[in-house]
Amino acid sequence: MTTFVELLVNGISIGAVYALIALGFVIIFKATEVVNFAHASLLLAGGYLVARLWPVVGFWAALLIGVAAAALVAAAIEFLVIRRANVASHSVLAIVTIGVDIVITTELTRQIGTDVLAMGDPWGSEVVRFGGVTLAETRIVALVTAAALITAFLLAFKYTGWGVAMRAAAEDAETAALMGVRLGRVSMSAWAVAGGLAAVAALFLCVFPTPGLDRSTSLVALKAFPAAILGGLDSTTGALVGGLIIGVTESMMSGYQNDMAFLGRGIGDVAPFLVMLVILLIRPAGLFGTKELARV
Amino acid sequence: MYRYLAWTGVAAVLCLVPFYLDGFWLQTGLFAMSAAIGAIGINLLTGATGQLSMGHAFFLAVGAYAYVFFSAEPTERLGGLGLPTGIAAVLAVLVAGVAGGLFSPIAGRLKGAYLGIATFALIFGGQHVLFNAEHLTGGFNGRAVPELDLFGFSFGDTPELIVLQVPFGTLERLWFLGLVLVALSMAFAQGVLKGRPGRAMNTIRDHEIAAGVMGVPVARYRAGVFVLSSMYGGLAGVLLALVFQRTVPEYFGVLLSLDYLAMIVIGGLGSVGGAVLGALFVSLLPQLLTKYSDSIPLVAAPGTPGGVSPAEAARILYGAAVVTVVLFLPGGLLGLIRKIRIRPPRLRLPLSPPSPSPETRSPHVP
Repeated sequence: MTTFVELLVNGISIGAVYALIALGFVIIFKATEVVNFAHASLLLAGGYLVARLWPVVGFWAALLIGVAAAALVAAAIEFLVIRRANVASHSVLAIVTIGVDIVITTELTRQIGTDVLAMGDPWGSEVVRFGGVTLAETRIVALVTAAALITAFLLAFKYTGWGVAMRAAAEDAETAALMGVRLGRVSMSAWAVAGGLAAVAALFLCVFPTPGLDRSTSLVALKAFPAAILGGLDSTTGALVGGLIIGVTESMMSGYQNDMAFLGRGIGDVAPFLVMLVILLIRPAGLFGTKELARV
Repeated sequence: MYRYLAWTGVAAVLCLVPFYLDGFWLQTGLFAMSAAIGAIGINLLTGATGQLSMGHAFFLAVGAYAYVFFSAEPTERLGGLGLPTGIAAVLAVLVAGVAGGLFSPIAGRLKGAYLGIATFALIFGGQHVLFNAEHLTGGFNGRAVPELDLFGFSFGDTPELIVLQVPFGTLERLWFLGLVLVALSMAFAQGVLKGRPGRAMNTIRDHEIAAGVMGVPVARYRAGVFVLSSMYGGLAGVLLALVFQRTVPEYFGVLLSLDYLAMIVIGGLGSVGGAVLGALFVSLLPQLLTKYSDSIPLVAAPGTPGGVSPAEAARILYGAAVVTVVLFLPGGLLGLIRKIRIRPPRLRLPLSPPSPSPETRSPHVP
């Protein structure tokens, strides 16, 4: 039973981190209708800067710089590439982001090489005990931070002028533009926010119990894609629920994999994708996605 | 007339290659041929029908491993059926098609980039199976690939074969097989694209609803093209396995799938020629950089510390090429060639570049 609770809480915590990534993914999709395959590289860029800078400027400053830099890179991608691409279909825009992803990820993995970079976070490998349940401090911080960021984002999305502009642009870009919403700014800010969220997520993907940032971190980040799509690509609620589903599934499958030895080693890494397939079979638009209807 | 002459010339040059170039270039060329076949397949899916697939590497893996499984003699540790290798190759392509068909409930319903994310599942699930189903796949170390033997002619080093004083080993023999396979793949895909199915596919890409109204069964077409493209992937996998002579699971990962998408964008979306050009570009670039790394600035020889290794330099280059092509060269390399009119204008290939769909055409863009 304690194992179950531990796995559940760990799953929710890692799920919250996935939700951060998926949320950024969904924001970008809502604002610019681009499926951003470069998201994993944004995350890697933010995490890499934090890992490299903390010995020099200290952890908190490094985190701040990392988040800012990831936001900047994301905004730059929007400004230099997405805005200028004159393409017929959104599939092609998605492939452009793959090109960007190849460039950034290749360069960063070259810089990282075979190293495992520590994140220099103040929580280290401390654990907290509640009754018989042992939890890593990092997991609790991850959960609290992710929850706080997500709440802040959703409030901003609902109540600030920026949020209203963004929702208007997502609803009907042309009308929003006629009403004075600057579409360029909206989409650029969406990319920047998504980049920043990804950098925070990078931190929590690389702290204890993970040894640190290494070249496979971007593959870990790919698990947030199923989180985004199983919730529905155009739904922020979907991103949250999707993240939690993926996190808990992964945690449970990894924790109990000895009882499921017939499924092979490392089933925990594959489970998120299998869950996604099952959900897409039943609901092709995702759990909370709007089903596309068209008047002919 | 000119066109036939040009094609005959290209074919003649390609047939002469094994007599002059060494094993390194033959192997590189064979990889490029395998990539060309795979790229034609994914260009039918992504370029012509607008369905993104990240799972192409999975179908290459299915083709390669199915060929090994069907053709290998069973041992204690590894399973196999020991079928004649020609039959095994055909079955392998069919199995890849069946694998694509099993995915059709999803491939038929999801569109565009949604399908792209869903097909990530194929890659990760596929890798999981490749690493864990050791009886079938040999696990981490992979399996040796039996030599192909067609109607008594062996595509291996024995028996010795000398043509015009050039010893014909595995690579030289496979070269001609590869040429034939690429030519057939191109012809078939050209037929599909030029005919009724091709028009239906392009309509689905450009306007799904219009396609439905015109009587195109959209879901069935999407699923069908997915199956066809996975069969192309399977054939590419078989050829790749024959050239590699060993299948290793790591090779068939996400990166390979991304390579294929890069190929078709660089070459030109939605056309056979574009797929082949892109495949040549992406698979020759790393080899060229490796071969001439000494004389290119900023690129270090493989194994030396510091500097960018040729493989990394190639990845960065073609990643940048994807972005550049989309920004500045709609139509890809093929479009560029047409633009500078290497061939006389009236001999243009019959494929037209993808036209923008009415949905996305905004009023201020002509």
